[in-house]
Amino acid sequence: MHKEAAIREPLILGHKTYGDITNDVCKPIEDKAPKTWYVLFTIALIIGLYGVGSILYLLGTGIGVWGLNKTIGWAWDITNFVWWVGIGHAGTLISAVLLLFRQKWRMAINRSAEAMTIFAVFMAGTYPLIHMGRLWVGYWVFPLPNQFGSLWVNFNSPLLWDVFAISTYLSVSVVFWYIGLIPDFATIRDRAKKPVAKRMYSILSFGWSGRAKQWNRFELVSLVLAGLATPLVFSVHSIVSFDFATSVIPGWHTTIFPPYFVAGAVFSGFAMVQTLMLIMRKAMNLEAYIHTRHIEYMNIVIMVTGSIVGVAYITELFISWYSGVEYEGYAFLNRSTGPYWWAYWSMMTCNVVSPQLMWVRKLRRSMLFTFFISIVVNIGMWFERYVIIVTSIHRDYLPAAWSMHYPSHIDISIYLGTIGLFFVFFLLFARYFPVLPIAELKTILKSSGEYYKNLPDDHHHDDEHEDSHHNTNNH
Amino acid sequence: MEFKISKKANLFTIILIAVGVVFTGLGIACELSHGENHFAQRFLANMLIDGFYFFAIGLGALFFLALQYATETGWYVAVKRIIESVALYLPYGAGILLLALLIITFLDGAHIYLWMDSSHTDPSSAHYDALIDKKSFYLNKMFFWIRTAGYILTYILFLRGYRKRSLQEDAVGGTDIHFKNYKKGATFLVFFAVFSSTSAWDWIMSIDVHWYSTLFGWYVFAGMWCTAMVTLVTLTIYLRGKGYLPHVNDSHVHDLAKWTFATSFLWSYIWFSQFMLIWYANIPEEVTYFITRIEHFKLLYFGMFFVNFAFPMLLLMSRDAKRNAGVMVFVGLLIFFGHWVDLYVMVMAGSMGENAKLGLMEIGMMLAVFGLFIRIILINLTKAPLMVKNHPYLDESLHHDI
Repeated sequence: MHKEAAIREPLILGHKTYGDITNDVCKPIEDKAPKTWYVLFTIALIIGLYGVGSILYLLGTGIGVWGLNKTIGWAWDITNFVWWVGIGHAGTLISAVLLLFRQKWRMAINRSAEAMTIFAVFMAGTYPLIHMGRLWVGYWVFPLPNQFGSLWVNFNSPLLWDVFAISTYLSVSVVFWYIGLIPDFATIRDRAKKPVAKRMYSILSFGWSGRAKQWNRFELVSLVLAGLATPLVFSVHSIVSFDFATSVIPGWHTTIFPPYFVAGAVFSGFAMVQTLMLIMRKAMNLEAYIHTRHIEYMNIVIMVTGSIVGVAYITELFISWYSGVEYEGYAFLNRSTGPYWWAYWSMMTCNVVSPQLMWVRKLRRSMLFTFFISIVVNIGMWFERYVIIVTSIHRDYLPAAWSMHYPSHIDISIYLGTIGLFFVFFLLFARYFPVLPIAELKTILKSSGEYYKNLPDDHHHDDEHEDSHHNTNNH
Repeated sequence: MEFKISKKANLFTIILIAVGVVFTGLGIACELSHGENHFAQRFLANMLIDGFYFFAIGLGALFFLALQYATETGWYVAVKRIIESVALYLPYGAGILLLALLIITFLDGAHIYLWMDSSHTDPSSAHYDALIDKKSFYLNKMFFWIRTAGYILTYILFLRGYRKRSLQEDAVGGTDIHFKNYKKGATFLVFFAVFSSTSAWDWIMSIDVHWYSTLFGWYVFAGMWCTAMVTLVTLTIYLRGKGYLPHVNDSHVHDLAKWTFATSFLWSYIWFSQFMLIWYANIPEEVTYFITRIEHFKLLYFGMFFVNFAFPMLLLMSRDAKRNAGVMVFVGLLIFFGHWVDLYVMVMAGSMGENAKLGLMEIGMMLAVFGLFIRIILINLTKAPLMVKNHPYLDESLHHDI
């Protein structure tokens, strides 16, 4: 029998019943979408289509339409790729790692964070594919038996490891997310009145009936997937960092990259979750489920991961001097004082300084401030990748090859386009999918619901007896 | 419940220390019997290894306690006194470590810290080394000792505060102490975030004075965390076996075992990241570190990686294994010595190099300090009740069931 200490803040506010939870989550799906949804959807779609148009233009013309040059062969494309992959880390971390750590507050955010993860990885995947310039041969990145002569992938290249890491991560994340959705789809199916909706949700729910055996298997699979997903969360961004760190380029080759990239990814992922959750809880009336305490927990994660990233920045800076290698030393001197100083200092301010403000309890519990910082962090994390990638390569070993990178309007429009498409997906998700895990939330109602926590003690005992019978289901 | 050291345990620690001292004596005699010997260097390198290794376990336990405070964890309360007892070894471990560092400083580095030898930073000397000279702004005796004193003092201050409030909480209860610990836990983590890296550079990385790796601090940290978890889980199993912990159930042991499993993975992940990136890029300045290890310590170096990674991964994967005292203690002891070998290679490859031996002196000094370590922890356990009272999460921990 689980106990929860009285001093812990409740996770579900007010006096909710099991029925209330179902109603609150299903309402936005069953009601007509509000006007703002259509407005937002249209804006996102237009920006997304603008991006798709730019991609088509790029495919027709060649990647010369990007602002790349002979010295800077990687710039916005890979910056955006890493940025999106990073954002795509929070969801699986929340659902897998926080599940293993028995963090019940994750239930308020895991479903949407996982959805966000999947869409972010979609966006990330776009960049390497269009970087090839020939989308139709995109499958060449896989080691497929072929008759093209000596065409075979290079297993020595971390870029190939990335293909495996990200596609494995995406598949496991999708399966994990979908399995969690099945019981909730069934709930919506059972409530659906219109035949088309009933049919659709019936297909989506895979014939879930809620029998004990099904729950038993469901929980077993969730635990196994959580175990699988945890090393995957670490592996993906570690391997992304190998893309740089295996090289001999000063500023790229540093051993702290793998864990620090992972911390940075979680940092930016949580920031994006904050941005989305703060809007969603208001727009969909979910304030009882996603409230100050959840925002505070996420801010603490942002503060901790931001500090880890900060320690790593300073470690790199110090070791570049300590190493005594003049190329290393120069790379960091150039970063902080060279022509891209503004990118470096924006990164430092957004990623290292701004999360430290979360030490102040008042600030980390303020919705408005949190929203502001979540945007700042995502800007900072974009700059981090830009700093690592562009400033490290723009000054070659030969001063004659020194160069600067200026983004073309296609660079910009493709980036904006992926943001648009991301929101198109997310808005569709918020409209048709249960954004909170209905079944899971019910398991913590009695132990972490505000009303039940505040019941007088003798009443608690009655509840305990009741609970102890079906509590074996809860974990 | 009050803990009493059993006669058997008492005898065991005495035997360990005695055997260790005898071995050390024989080892010293052996070494000195050679005409040209490396006695001072070898002895001090061993003192550094054993001083740091067991000190780091205490520190790992202190870190883990601070982590529990800062994250407002509930389940660990039933084993809190065990964590405290291991953490309270820290001052003793620090004593051995500081003594080793002090003697090394007076011997101008004793061929362990080359940068302490002024002939390397004197441009007129035949041994002048421009790189060491350049680093002397950071690596000099004065600044080294300021940092070292800073680390140890900070750790001891936090440790004393935690222990004081823990005993106080037993007496007075309430939630004030709990919230104070929450704050102090977070504050400790801030210091530790910096010190865990810099102290690893100072005490260990600077042995290979030309070499550098940004990940090194986190590598040492992962090792210390893992060995601390091994110590905690083994000690808990021992005490439970003696019937001292009626409130600690399989779930608590399971959680400690999970931490052992997870930190083994963390350590292996960081080992691999550091090794692979340097091996792959093959930059002369960096790769020399691993070349030394592969040339002179091949079996020990790869052997310890295999043991520290594969054994916990394969044997502790299942739920049943983590709840099985026999399996847990077996794997725990294996990786406990595995991580000692890791530190041995870290220190010896850079100091003794090809002259390094794994003989009576190494084993003897290790056993002696190990015996002392166990003895001090057991004494620490007798000094306070094994179960805390009045902790706000005590009830959560007593009902812990996973």
